[in-house]
Amino acid sequence: MLARRVIACLDVAAGAVVKGVRFRDHRVVGDIVELARRYASEGVDELVFYDITASPERRCVDAAWVARVACELDIPFCVAGGIRSVADAEAVLAAGADKVSVNSPALARPQLIDELAARFGSQCVVLGIDVDAQGEATSNWRVVANSGRPDAAHDAGRDLLAWVREAERRGAGEIVLNAIRHDGVRAGYALTQLGAVRAATGLPLVASGGAGCIAHFVEVFERGDVDAALAASVFHSGELRIDELKRALAARGIVVRP
Amino acid sequence: MSARAVIIRAGGTNFGSLLAACARLGVAATVSDQATTIRAASHVILPGVGAAAPAMRHLRESGLDRVIAGLRQPLLGICLGMQLLFERLAEGEVDGLGLLPGRVERLPAAPRWPHMGWNTLATTRPHPLLAGIGSADWFYFVHGYAASGAADTIACCVHGQPFAAAVARGQVAGMQFHPEKSAAAGRRALANFFALT
Repeated sequence: MLARRVIACLDVAAGAVVKGVRFRDHRVVGDIVELARRYASEGVDELVFYDITASPERRCVDAAWVARVACELDIPFCVAGGIRSVADAEAVLAAGADKVSVNSPALARPQLIDELAARFGSQCVVLGIDVDAQGEATSNWRVVANSGRPDAAHDAGRDLLAWVREAERRGAGEIVLNAIRHDGVRAGYALTQLGAVRAATGLPLVASGGAGCIAHFVEVFERGDVDAALAASVFHSGELRIDELKRALAARGIVVRP
Repeated sequence: MSARAVIIRAGGTNFGSLLAACARLGVAATVSDQATTIRAASHVILPGVGAAAPAMRHLRESGLDRVIAGLRQPLLGICLGMQLLFERLAEGEVDGLGLLPGRVERLPAAPRWPHMGWNTLATTRPHPLLAGIGSADWFYFVHGYAASGAADTIACCVHGQPFAAAVARGQVAGMQFHPEKSAAAGRRALANFFALT
């Protein structure tokens, strides 16, 4: 049976792993390969590297550190940030990434999803969505572009659920839903928005933003029915170890890879 | 281990991880699209990250399809590389290499499509490729298409429906999962391949 995944997210800026609160005020938390190796040894199922400055600065991910990670790791990883073309994605996949995640460039040019799926297959194409959600009404959920840099961030003017459906139709193979108001706050995942997206798509869904303790992971798997839960700061700080988390999930009857 | 592996540069892109995985096993591996280099290998790997139609077009246009069909040493197709070994692929409706009988079909929409993540195998036929691998070992899958009911299945996996997770027929083998991304269990599977003669 397919296991629920625990994903550690490493935000990368200028070649180092950084973490901010609500996507702002980033501080360096460690070396890319060192952290990746630590999480792999703790049993993380997958890693996501977000080059959070690549998209606003209109440049692509630096493939050199991607290759370094691929040489060191024998678990899957996804790379995001500034991938705007088939050529950009090819460089990252050739360096050893398993999937690419697109966000702002797909909002600017949705055809990018079709092009990536045609060339690499849907299973390679992850759509990241940054949502700024106020309350329960979907009309107050804004899809945000360029959220990696506060001065470049803007409302993409898209309905969240319509964008999810369009992406699935265009050939996306996975959705990562980042809840901006939950990011770094450690008060739990955005269950309302995740539930709405879960109902709208049959694609694998990854919850992102808000993990603070084991109970939040249990809740998002049991109530949100997500395929994977992603977290960063709670792992980087050492407050929650991935092996400890997975033992707790297994004890709740959630299928995980030990 | 004295294997000299060649990873076929076949339009797929995931060479870096495979090279690193071979290095960890002490296997000398190179990436090549040259017929003489490929034929001289002790073990040949056909990798694959990509869509079926462009991958098959690349193999045919480069003549690698005939090189692969003529190999007599152990050959391992990984993920899309395994799918290309079959007669027909639903993704892009293309003919495959035809080294294994059967069709590769789209996996069902439920419970999720594509099949992405860690899953376990059930051995259907004992084979050296699966030595030391049991039902408690986890492998990483990332694919939307699969060979269900392939005659040469040696281990199956279930996602929506059972499908071939590993196949073997003579010197031709395939793994639908990514051994190079499947941590310790994947290392074991790759080591088993390099132990084949």
